[in-house]
Amino acid sequence: MGEVKVSGISVAFEKEEGESTLALDNVDLEIKDKEFVCFIGPSGCGKTTLLRTIAGLEMPDKGQITLDGGDITIPDSTRGMVFQEYSLFPWRTVIQNITFGPQMKGISKNKTLEVAEKYLKLVGLEQFRNSYPYELSGGMRQRVAIARALANEPKVLLMDEPFGALDAQTRNTLQKELLQVWAKYQITIVFVTHSVDEAVFLADKIVVMSARPGRIKKVINVDLPRPRERTSSEANELRNQLLKMLAEERRN
Amino acid sequence: MSKHGTKGPRERGIELLSVTMAIVLWQLVADLVVNNKFILPSFTDVLFAFIRIIEGGILFTDLAISLLHFGIGILSALLIGIPIGVAMGWFKIVNRALDPLIEIIRPIPPLAWIPFAIVWFGLTHTSAGFVVFVGAVFPVIINTFDGFKSVPKVYVEAAKVLGCMSSGSLIRYVALPSALPSIASGIRISMGVGWMCLVAAEMFGVSTNGLGYKIWWHYYLHQMDFVLVYMLILGFLGLFIDRLFRWYVDGQLLKWRAGVVV
Repeated sequence: MGEVKVSGISVAFEKEEGESTLALDNVDLEIKDKEFVCFIGPSGCGKTTLLRTIAGLEMPDKGQITLDGGDITIPDSTRGMVFQEYSLFPWRTVIQNITFGPQMKGISKNKTLEVAEKYLKLVGLEQFRNSYPYELSGGMRQRVAIARALANEPKVLLMDEPFGALDAQTRNTLQKELLQVWAKYQITIVFVTHSVDEAVFLADKIVVMSARPGRIKKVINVDLPRPRERTSSEANELRNQLLKMLAEERRN
Repeated sequence: MSKHGTKGPRERGIELLSVTMAIVLWQLVADLVVNNKFILPSFTDVLFAFIRIIEGGILFTDLAISLLHFGIGILSALLIGIPIGVAMGWFKIVNRALDPLIEIIRPIPPLAWIPFAIVWFGLTHTSAGFVVFVGAVFPVIINTFDGFKSVPKVYVEAAKVLGCMSSGSLIRYVALPSALPSIASGIRISMGVGWMCLVAAEMFGVSTNGLGYKIWWHYYLHQMDFVLVYMLILGFLGLFIDRLFRWYVDGQLLKWRAGVVV
């Protein structure tokens, strides 16, 4: 199970001398088990903050987040995360990066390796098993980051613009691969993006957020059949609708 | 240099030529201009002195004693300096508490500690090691601290969401490896400073052996050619230790970094 409930979350960041900005204002959201949800919105709308709060990396000032009914207060291995920046540990090889999570859980070395090999194969980088991150391209690094997060067998995979720094073609490939992984492992994915195309291609549900203070503007259920055609007329229509909403936000 | 590290035969030739020219010039100046073995021993004087030292068999003892002093100083600098740097870099309160103390003690030249070294440790090897330690410990502390301060936040967060939660584990699995390049260059600086302190540390009579002690001893005997031999041995040994350390750190410990420059 991987059901996330966000109820009445507010997060404020301290600036200097007592001043603070409200990054999230009273946000409610339900994410169903095995759902693929995308957060989209103008920059500074708090989409990353919401994701980080679900990860447990930020503490809400108000409200509560639960995973399958249990309170989330600190990070733990039930929620895996893939970051926008390259976050692989540069001093560990590819395989050592993937074993990190299981190793922290205190799982035996053999079992850890077994799990890691499985996910290494999943992302198709077996021949880079013993390479260091600096030897990999951006796309490969993010593949390893996904494998590393999955090796912990989380219920929810949180992704913060993971393909933002990649070129368009690599990005498309990785989106397809991610959908395959999602279909295979049946986990909940929460994905932050600033790309309308990406959201339309990936999501079951698109959460459109409004800027400062971050609120949820609209939740759109996407019922386009999978596998999706990026250029179908339904996809285009949805894209237009989203673009209009975002343009509206920018004007405000 | 053509590419980093690799030298063509032409460049090697230039280096060899430069060293040879310097030796020839030295020999000529010493023989024809100065012509006084006390003020400037010539290259051949030094060579003969070196052969006599080798024949006497005492060089090995001197080397061993000096490396003992150096080792005591450097090892204790690492054992004390790294944990202090780690604690200061990871826990803000430790930094606030220790920083003023360190800033007050650090500018005291290591050689100024010699009287206390004698009072506390007597005329022992430990005493010489202590002077080396005082010179070596601060670069280790400061570089370890800097390395810890600049651990990228994303590594710490990535580790946390992977289930690495306690300070102990985060330090061991994330901060320490991430700070290692900085710690390594701190150790390198501290070995340089420690080596410089060594001669002075051996001059106040902790032992009747040691490279630094021998410089002083031969000076009293007015054997300046022997003084120069020991000076050159100190120089070459320092260079060798530095190269050995770099080879180990770059080639083994930090091979995960592309294009390493320690």
